[in-house]
Amino acid sequence: MYRYDTIDQQLVNERVAQYRGQIARNLAGTLSDDELRPLRLQNGLYIQRHGPMLRIAIPYGLLSSAQLRKLADVSRRYDRSVGHFTTRQNMQLNWPKFEETPEILGELATVEMHAIQTSGNCIRNITTDKFAGVAPDELTDPRPYCEILRQWSTFHPEFAFLPRKFKIAVNAAAEDRAVIRTHDVGLELVRNESGEIGVRVFAGGGMGRTPVIGKVVRDFLPRRHLLTYLDALIRVYNRYGRRDNLYKARIKILVNALGVEEFSRQVEAEWSFLKDGPATLTDEEFDRVAAHFAPPAYASLPADDPTFNAAIAANKTFAAWAKRSVHPHRVPGYAAVTLSLKAPGVAPGDITDIQMDVVADLADRFSFGELRVTHEQNVVLADVRQRDLPDIWATARAHGLATANIGLLTDMICCPGGDLCALANARSVPIALAVHEKFDDLDYLHDIGEISLNISGCMNSCGHHHVANIGILGVDKNNEEWYQITVGGQQGNDATIGKVIGPSFSAEEVPDVIESLVNVYVEQRSSSERFIDTYKRLGIEPFKERAYAGRDRRKPAITEEGAAHV
Amino acid sequence: MSRIIKNNRIVEDIWQLLKLAEGETPESVALTGEDIIFPLPVWQARKDEILSRERPIGVWIDSHEGPEAIADDLGRFTVIAVNFPKFADGRGYSTARLLRERFGFQGELRAIGDVLQDQIYFMKRCGFDAYAVRPDKDIEAALAGLTDFSESYQTAVDQPQPLFRRRSA
Ligand code: SF4
Repeated sequence: MYRYDTIDQQLVNERVAQYRGQIARNLAGTLSDDELRPLRLQNGLYIQRHGPMLRIAIPYGLLSSAQLRKLADVSRRYDRSVGHFTTRQNMQLNWPKFEETPEILGELATVEMHAIQTSGNCIRNITTDKFAGVAPDELTDPRPYCEILRQWSTFHPEFAFLPRKFKIAVNAAAEDRAVIRTHDVGLELVRNESGEIGVRVFAGGGMGRTPVIGKVVRDFLPRRHLLTYLDALIRVYNRYGRRDNLYKARIKILVNALGVEEFSRQVEAEWSFLKDGPATLTDEEFDRVAAHFAPPAYASLPADDPTFNAAIAANKTFAAWAKRSVHPHRVPGYAAVTLSLKAPGVAPGDITDIQMDVVADLADRFSFGELRVTHEQNVVLADVRQRDLPDIWATARAHGLATANIGLLTDMICCPGGDLCALANARSVPIALAVHEKFDDLDYLHDIGEISLNISGCMNSCGHHHVANIGILGVDKNNEEWYQITVGGQQGNDATIGKVIGPSFSAEEVPDVIESLVNVYVEQRSSSERFIDTYKRLGIEPFKERAYAGRDRRKPAITEEGAAHV
Repeated sequence: MSRIIKNNRIVEDIWQLLKLAEGETPESVALTGEDIIFPLPVWQARKDEILSRERPIGVWIDSHEGPEAIADDLGRFTVIAVNFPKFADGRGYSTARLLRERFGFQGELRAIGDVLQDQIYFMKRCGFDAYAVRPDKDIEAALAGLTDFSESYQTAVDQPQPLFRRRSA
């Protein structure tokens, strides 16, 4: 992974000093709360329902074991010994003390970590494929691009106060696992006819109140132009994006208002001045960064490991786990493995200090000391030998990290919701727990097969409910928590926004409604169909009908507006 | 006379910033005073009159007014001020870079409005060299904001070469 040189380290240290000063000025009364707000947000500090929340950056989800141990240590000393992984592959601490946040950032800086630009109206943490660098369907490793973008976006002087937050994701695989089409800018690494690797640029995607699938603004951008082109694109947004209405300030609104052709034309016009300028990426720089992501010292192994195969044959429980959690690797004899943070009774994405230490140890013993946080809020060890999988499983299982539900109904993406988040309309975690309780039979879950169920506590859509096969959105009706359900969304190359099935449900009804939807699928599926395939074949009607069978709904659902974080 | 930060020092400001009061129009406002920074609409409406004063000229543009509006006249201005109506309104950063990098403005580029300690490092990078720090704030403390960071990754006005072109050297 990328390691800081003295300049990278110095910048992070200087950021800690700057932030320390800002907090001190606020406590001394010379920097008002309003003035501090955007500054603390750009260091990941929110003031939430119960107090502050600190969001720590995990650039493109990649962590070393030492960094994870530091997170465990910080969570123990400054929080309640638990962290929460987010859909931007970051970590949130929900109970830090305001005055101690500079100390926490100081601690993080010792392991090349920070909270820079994890919130605020600036360029946020860059995200990518959880299997970057090891996926068999990958064209090239996206991580050097991500790191180059991280450096370019860090303290970008022109784009620190954009109309609204700005999220960039990078994908280099045949299957898009980074949801690039729902990002402000999605970058797909592609090869042109002459074999050169470059970037297809999508813009204007997003979730929130107005979910939109991003559109292609440039089909092929040679690698060297990446930064100048993005400078041009974001400059157009910075100058012409709306600032009068919070809900219309994302770039998707500008792209829609102008039309994608006109938007692209304006970007190209701006770019014509920047193209080939000093920000043009050099091969030397690309190679310098890429060298940090050189493959580890893999052993040469047979493609199929006999120990692993024997364990599968001998142990049904292990086999079920392996089926869901073990993923193909481009190197023979190796695999990537997902550790589930979706155990029953636990808030999705939560990880205790002890689990963090356990995962760090597993990474050291079996995966070259590195791990990844996924946008589905799980953890991946990306470089393990197949023959080590039984050992990994045993340890993971002993610590509640081996629920065999990856990609299944209970592998829910879920935002913190009303228990913690100040913007929530409704709680989301209790819904996740209730669904878990309803679907507690692993055999049945495996029988239902691949399906995504995502939950957001409000229209800000941090839980990515729009792109779930079944999406649950918390809405507020006369100060009561209600839940609107969408069906048919999906992520990936065919990213689709789900459709609302109708009036919303009470919390108690949700698990039964989910069951009804699943039943339609189970009854009507053909042998090889996933939930989404059956949905596409049948359309929304049978699902709708079953969901409301026996339920009286005269009042229409109220769709609440999103709001910005404070 | 108020004080501003200019070229990394605190100095007395010799300029008067003209703002249209309630009921005043660009056509009717009185152009009294010596060295005035005119609002863009006044400059546009009364260019000849302003030129005939034979004084150094300043102009200020608001966050929604692009630099294109004055691009043809840059040689006439001693000072261009860019207004930040709210410090979270970041359009002025693009305006400044365009004035310096695209249109080649060489004179004083001044940030006015909601100008605070924690923004001026970014402002400096984008080409500002003068800052009218909000009057209720400690200008000495704000001066320190110029040096919050000792290095920067990106290309910008104060350092056109991105770090990656200097790192290997
Ligand atoms: S979706 Fe809404 S409730 Fe959930 S974390 Fe985001 S802002 Fe908070």
